Amino acid sequence: MILTLLILVPIVAGILSFLAKDSAKAVALISSIATLGLTAYISAASYSQPMAWSMPWIPRLGAQLSLYSDGMAAMLCLLTGIVMPVIFISNWNKEVENPGSFYGLMLLAQAGITGVFLAHDALLFYFFWELALIPVYFLCSIWGGEKRIPVTFKFFVYTFVGSLLMLSAIIFLALQNPGANAYGWDSIVSAGMSLDPVTQQWLFWLIFIAFAIKMPIFPFHTWQPDTYEQSPTSVTIILSALMVKMGLFSVIRWLLPVVPEGVAIWSNTIIILSIIGIIYASCIAIVQTDMKRLIAYSSIAHMGLMSAAAFSQTSTGMHGLMVQMFNHGINITGMWLIVSMIEQRWGTRDMTKLGGMAISAPKMAIAFVIISFANIGLPLTNGFVGEFMLFNGLFQSPSPYHITYMVLAGLGVILGAVYTLNMVQKTTYGNTVGMTIQKDLSVNEYVGLAVIIGIILMLGVYPKPLLDMTAAAAGVMMP
Amino acid sequence: MKAIIASTVFGVILMFTGLMVKEKRSVGTVAILLLALLLGVNIWELSAAGNQPQTYFNNMLRIDRYGLWFNTLMTGCTLLYAMLVNKDIQRVGAHVAEYFALICFILCGIYLLSSYSSMLMLFLGIEILSIPQYILAGSDKRNLKSSEASLKYLLMGSFSTGILLMGITLLYGATGTFNIIGFTFLQDDLLSPTALAGIIFLMIALGFKVSAAPMHMWTPDVYDGAPTPFTAFMATVVKAGIFVAFMKLFSVGFGALSNHWMLVLAIVTAATLLVGNITAVFQQSVKRMLAYSSIAQAGFMLFAILAVNATAWQGMIVYAVAYSVATIGLFAVLLKLKDYTYDGFNGLAKKQPLLAGVTAIFIFSLAGIPLTGGFMAKYMVLQAALEQGQLMWLVIFALLMAAVSAYYYFRVIIAMYFKQGNPELNSEVTGSDKLLLIVTGIIVLILGIAPQVVIAGI
Repeated sequence: MILTLLILVPIVAGILSFLAKDSAKAVALISSIATLGLTAYISAASYSQPMAWSMPWIPRLGAQLSLYSDGMAAMLCLLTGIVMPVIFISNWNKEVENPGSFYGLMLLAQAGITGVFLAHDALLFYFFWELALIPVYFLCSIWGGEKRIPVTFKFFVYTFVGSLLMLSAIIFLALQNPGANAYGWDSIVSAGMSLDPVTQQWLFWLIFIAFAIKMPIFPFHTWQPDTYEQSPTSVTIILSALMVKMGLFSVIRWLLPVVPEGVAIWSNTIIILSIIGIIYASCIAIVQTDMKRLIAYSSIAHMGLMSAAAFSQTSTGMHGLMVQMFNHGINITGMWLIVSMIEQRWGTRDMTKLGGMAISAPKMAIAFVIISFANIGLPLTNGFVGEFMLFNGLFQSPSPYHITYMVLAGLGVILGAVYTLNMVQKTTYGNTVGMTIQKDLSVNEYVGLAVIIGIILMLGVYPKPLLDMTAAAAGVMMP
Repeated sequence: MKAIIASTVFGVILMFTGLMVKEKRSVGTVAILLLALLLGVNIWELSAAGNQPQTYFNNMLRIDRYGLWFNTLMTGCTLLYAMLVNKDIQRVGAHVAEYFALICFILCGIYLLSSYSSMLMLFLGIEILSIPQYILAGSDKRNLKSSEASLKYLLMGSFSTGILLMGITLLYGATGTFNIIGFTFLQDDLLSPTALAGIIFLMIALGFKVSAAPMHMWTPDVYDGAPTPFTAFMATVVKAGIFVAFMKLFSVGFGALSNHWMLVLAIVTAATLLVGNITAVFQQSVKRMLAYSSIAQAGFMLFAILAVNATAWQGMIVYAVAYSVATIGLFAVLLKLKDYTYDGFNGLAKKQPLLAGVTAIFIFSLAGIPLTGGFMAKYMVLQAALEQGQLMWLVIFALLMAAVSAYYYFRVIIAMYFKQGNPELNSEVTGSDKLLLIVTGIIVLILGIAPQVVIAGI
């Protein structure tokens, strides 16, 4: 029952925000802190044993309202629970046009994303998968940058096509096991596993394309840099910290166990695509001058590594993936917050025009450096723990080319250091040419970044809680 | 049977009302009352009906529960439609009473189509339903486009009626009966070419009526030229009625022969989806876009006919209601606007947030976004097609076409929410308009969350 609250609270608060208009900000913050409390409780409770809840929904079709929270789902809900209040706190002194709708849509997006993580029924999963998209589409299109309308539309159509293909696969799988619970996760898994390898292969692609677009994996990534750039930063955080995790999460929950033979046949291809994505995106990131685009490409590279590990079929890789999903969410939230603060103060994201932030805003500069280190995956930051396990997993992969994979993916880390440090150097150090002195972090920004940095350092030094939480899920998921 | 009689009588009463009551508003009120009464008659008949079908006229009509439930739902949609566009119908021309009377006669045709078992009754139903439409299409007499639409529809419609009759005749020649339940030849291995030709003729004629490609040519011109309130009716309830007749004929009458006609109909379906969706992309007028979108939606409804199974029957009824309600709502909004192009919607969200909000729900439903009735409808017909087993290619094609449809539907959303503009309204949006639109929107959402409310009645 408490699992439904996790979805209902943001929905109710979202509707209240629409009505509250000017005090929507407060509604959003209160609701997001309430959900954070709920997720903390659920994480603690799911630590030892998964929680589940279900009731009949459309009996004729065999669909149920069924929610399930194991370590992985709880961990991602916790991530959502942390990121949302951080966004709201950091934006506290920022005025948005029409705040009622803005915060209302943000909360509805949160409800949709949480629903995806919790759904244990394929039809319900599809519902939330699409529902998370609609508010984000409106958010980007109304509050985004200059080219927002065509860019967001491209994003929408892309993801919509993917979802529809997945829908056909879901119906197909549900029809294999008709009954009162045809869409339940167990039924879908047993239906998928019993199919012959050929059927599994095309089902694999029908499902995978939807997730690949969301993550995004090369060559389905073309919507991503534009959308990240054009969206308002709060929405970019939702997209990159939370929605891309929907893609990875769904691979682990709805793809790997469902069509194991299809996965076995195609996993090498996916790993190669992911590695191409890592190197390609890293190279493009190096030549970017717009900070938002740079981080967008860096995100593609990181997702590539995670997706390669997801298909490496090792439990270490899987475990690392879970940890890294959380860490990437935290780190990239920090990155975007800093970018938005820079843009707010100096009115540009162009690195060639920035410089000397360490002098004019030293606290912000320190925060930026720490978050950048985490983005590279330096030891003592959370990024290191995750990436180490990902590489470890990739190295142990049964594929004969595992060393090549490992070396090429490792190149991504080196390139990552190149572009990230370059960005830090250009914005933080050097002369303050053209940069007026602006005030350093305000209290609310300080709180937002402190939470992020606190998590980065804590998990960098002592990742055990997160590892324990997801261990069972990583073990269970492996065939 | 009660509903068939009532719809005719009410139509006649309405015509006399036109003689006695001069004021248009009163005529409209009387019409709505009579339609509500008709809905009551339908519910009465439905609740009195047992599980055994009733037969009338020497087994020419066979009224079963499915047909009665379908009639009730369609009458409900018509009532909703009449309430939403009542004032707009009054504005079309001088003969308001006749317009409503013709709508009653069309309902009578639908009642016949949902419960025929003889092909003669099918023919009667199609004609009772078509002839009022020819008149309604041309009811805006001073408008050249309306007259053109009416003439075009009449000529093309008569032609397809000829084909329908030819098909019926050929089948009679092959089987010696008009009764689709008595088509025993269908179980035989010996399928005469005459019967096969008859089936194809019937497919063409009914395909014409539901505007399936390549028999769809009349649709855009007629829907665009006809007065908008009547387009709303022709594109929704009427179409749904013909679809049920189509499905009944092909699944009860020719179901056992499905391997002979399935491929032809599958290709027709693919062509309908392709033509409807691709052409809709290039339209500048929302009304014309909706005409093409009605072709596209017909493509999805054809899946229910292709599937020939129990899910298809359920899917058809969900689709009919979900599509009708959302389209009627969208037309009601369109009627409020002066400019029917996409630009006419620019900035609607700022000026009329409620109007824009419900329009968004209707658009989501037509595009098939979850939480709306349109999603559940598409879902069920596609599931029916997958259960059938041989149509995976067509399902994937249809889903890709659904993605194309998102493109042109979302242009309305983009215009309303993301563009600046000052849309001009035809008339003020009154409180009752708002209430009705909200109710319509809620119906769409309920269908999306709990489609069993519609399925359970079967």
